[in-house]
Amino acid sequence: MPNFIDRRLNPKDKSLGNRRRFLKRAREELKRTIKEQVKAGKIADVDAKHFVPMPEDGTSEPSFQSARGSGKREYVLPGNKEFAPGDRIPKQGSGGGQGGSRAGTGDAEDDFRFVLSREEVLDLFFEDLELPDMVKLSLREAIAYKPRRAGFATTGSPTNINVGRTMRNSYGRRIALSRPKREEVEALAEEITALEAKPATAERRRRLEALRQELEKLERRRRVIAYVDPVDIRFNRFEPQPLPNTSAVMFCLMDVSSSMGEREKDLAKRFFVLLHLFLKRRYERIDIVFIRHTHEAREVDEETFFYSTQSGGTVVSTALEEMLSIIRKRYPSKEWNIYAAQASDGDNIAGDSERCASLLHEEVMRLCQYYAYIEIIDERETEIFGATDNGTSLWRAYRTVGADWPNFQMTRIARPADIYPVFRKLFAKQPLS
Amino acid sequence: MKKSESTSDLLFRSSDWNFEKLSDVYAAISEIALGDLKLDIYPNQLEIISWEQMLDAYSSIGMPLMYQHWSFGKRFVFEEHLYRKGHRGLAYELVINSNPCISYLMEENTMAMQALVIAHAAFGHNHFFKNNYMFRRWTEAASILSYMDFAKKYIARCEERHGTAAVERILDSAHALMDQGVFRYRRAPRLSSEKERERARERLEYEEQTYSDLWRTLPKKKDDGREDEREREARERKRALHLPEENLLYFLEKTSLILEPWQRELLRIVRVIAQYFYPQRQTKVMNEGCATFVHHTIMNRLYDDDKISEGAMLEILQSHSNVIFQPSFDDPRFSGINPYALGFAMMKDIERICTEPTSEDRDWFPDIAGSGNWRETLLDAWANHRDESFILQYLSPALIRHFRLFQLTDDAGEPYCEVASIHNERGYEAIRSALARSYDIGIIQPDVQVVDVDLLGDRHLKLQHGVKQGVVLDESARNATLRHVRRLWGYDVSLEGVDARSGERLYECSTKQIGE
Repeated sequence: MPNFIDRRLNPKDKSLGNRRRFLKRAREELKRTIKEQVKAGKIADVDAKHFVPMPEDGTSEPSFQSARGSGKREYVLPGNKEFAPGDRIPKQGSGGGQGGSRAGTGDAEDDFRFVLSREEVLDLFFEDLELPDMVKLSLREAIAYKPRRAGFATTGSPTNINVGRTMRNSYGRRIALSRPKREEVEALAEEITALEAKPATAERRRRLEALRQELEKLERRRRVIAYVDPVDIRFNRFEPQPLPNTSAVMFCLMDVSSSMGEREKDLAKRFFVLLHLFLKRRYERIDIVFIRHTHEAREVDEETFFYSTQSGGTVVSTALEEMLSIIRKRYPSKEWNIYAAQASDGDNIAGDSERCASLLHEEVMRLCQYYAYIEIIDERETEIFGATDNGTSLWRAYRTVGADWPNFQMTRIARPADIYPVFRKLFAKQPLS
Repeated sequence: MKKSESTSDLLFRSSDWNFEKLSDVYAAISEIALGDLKLDIYPNQLEIISWEQMLDAYSSIGMPLMYQHWSFGKRFVFEEHLYRKGHRGLAYELVINSNPCISYLMEENTMAMQALVIAHAAFGHNHFFKNNYMFRRWTEAASILSYMDFAKKYIARCEERHGTAAVERILDSAHALMDQGVFRYRRAPRLSSEKERERARERLEYEEQTYSDLWRTLPKKKDDGREDEREREARERKRALHLPEENLLYFLEKTSLILEPWQRELLRIVRVIAQYFYPQRQTKVMNEGCATFVHHTIMNRLYDDDKISEGAMLEILQSHSNVIFQPSFDDPRFSGINPYALGFAMMKDIERICTEPTSEDRDWFPDIAGSGNWRETLLDAWANHRDESFILQYLSPALIRHFRLFQLTDDAGEPYCEVASIHNERGYEAIRSALARSYDIGIIQPDVQVVDVDLLGDRHLKLQHGVKQGVVLDESARNATLRHVRRLWGYDVSLEGVDARSGERLYECSTKQIGE
């Protein structure tokens, strides 16, 4: 007789340990892949789901395998319909060598991809940057209020009277105090009228007298006990509920004048990627406005922003003006969290830096949640500009802004390695004002 | 209709199963299998498992006990992905070549399916495991489970002592050489008992300690370095190391200079498992054919004896015909020849040849045609063949016509494939031997052997790939695998491709060129 064993109650997930080992192994690969994809891709791609092919290197299991499409092979296949010996069948495609027979094999693994959600992508990306708990770092949160129904109140404006609730209270009070009903009063009045119409006798007169007293009593009672008393009245109560303002706009201002080379642009781009990701995590919706400027500023799309090679002189204030006009047109500051990041090498036309500072002082800083200025400098300059006091004309002008506005930050980047520390410095938790 | 009237004998009526019904069905199947088909089986152990446990079993290459390794996790994720997406169903059963023979039955199966699965796995596969010469010769059904238990514990202990990463490094490399880790011709050493293994390991440790002495005793290279002298030395050296050696894992385990005793033991474990699965890869058609033939015969008999209802039989037949479905080569579902289909058809065909032979069969199979005793013929075939020899022996022209088999020659140098033979008088022989060859593991697997090692010089290990019909190795996989060999060997390794027929050197690559 066989031995039947019910294994269903045995602990499941015998291979849990194996899976964990695999994921741990795959993780390194995924991280690398993501980093590469982000580096190669556009900023906006970061927020999308990523399809990451099954990691090859760390998790491949190589063995000696015959190469496809080499040598002479023979196949025996079923289902011949029309072939005769000596027939020649052209090979498909350039791969060839498979004689149509291996079509179904080996492809399955290629389809096997990890799908990483936005969160996972960001986690991996930030983890790589060693950004341990970025979510906890908070920008000063912009709050809008929205009235929300919150029960009933005994006071309020007449427009907010809740009729149903008021009438319910009034009805209850009328029953409790037994306010005479109109039907009762009317019936009594009718009876009196009927009696009055008949010839008066002593008994009827007495009866009439009693009825009249009764009627008067009822009517007095009806007068005293109001149909709707102020006590009954209820108002809809509204509480202002704080709503996190979920829409944000980020202005990326980049100097693309001839002094900005590929290296400078690349640094700026990397910085914007990080900034964008950070905002994306905190807000449901984010708009990005790309403004590039030479001696004149223009709003452009991402592609142009990063890859166009147009060049020219430098008038930084044009970018600020362009930004202000866009804010006025499309992003009222009541509804939008406005952020701006400006990247420049600090060169500016004579006299314009002061104009920039005054623009910031008077208008921009009032509208912006946060304004970050990143100056991209040459590595050799780091030593010269070691102290923050001296620097380019723009830097010196902006220092006056930084002194007055706590939500204005400025810093310098010379190497890719600087980006994250700088980013962290810029977005460190700020004391609430 | 007359069958449905006599319901008194039915083993089961509803599709729900319980252990009582399973026992009844087992008894009925057992009677036919042992009494009529004369099957000879290991005692059975039937285990009911859930789909998750089935996936677990899948990922650990079907072993109930397996050491931990990330590659099994990868397989699990892969299988689960397919299963959850509905791309692939799970097997109804899984059977392990062990004594007692363990069969896993899925809990979702209906009663009819459980009956089918019991006949298929617990009798068909079980008989094959116990009787086929490949399994008798290469595997130890009785001790595999205790060996796996040992392996699992040993590797876990190594991980504790040396760290998971260090163990994984060795296992990764060993896995890469699993295909080259079997003895194809020599008898694999028998699995010894726990005690003997312990002793063997001690010996290994001792050998390790005295290793350098061994090499010092080899004759020193003469300064004048005459050609014949060096050749003689090389011959001497090869003889001492039993070169050429086809079992790479075995060679590395015994000869590598850098491995610690526990690392050698890991290689040995991987090698033993590879050897254990070696027969299964060579008997896929026969194994599945045998199991399918057995369940088909038994289920039909049960039905004829009014033991199972028409409804249940229909369900069984539907599942049966799904299993043996063979799409044509131009069908999108085609993914090679279905071993179930080929195996079952051939065994059915043998039964037909034995009982109702045509004159063609008498020409082709004079010794079995019309003999009537198909049971003995099949039992004999199951016991004494592997796929290659079975097809070469028993594939009949009738079956070639039935499958409309044709042979295609694909030369990488030509822009076309040529139809070499089809199912006609002139083609039968060619198709039969070509099909048989395609199941010969010695031909389909790259033949890589250790040919020489320069122990006195830079300890360079030389491998040779016998290139057959100009089929070379996939380059990136080859280089990655060579790196694994290098990791286990510790010094540079080179691989030389030599045409198996002409001896002409086709390519050479070394870990020196491809880097770490």
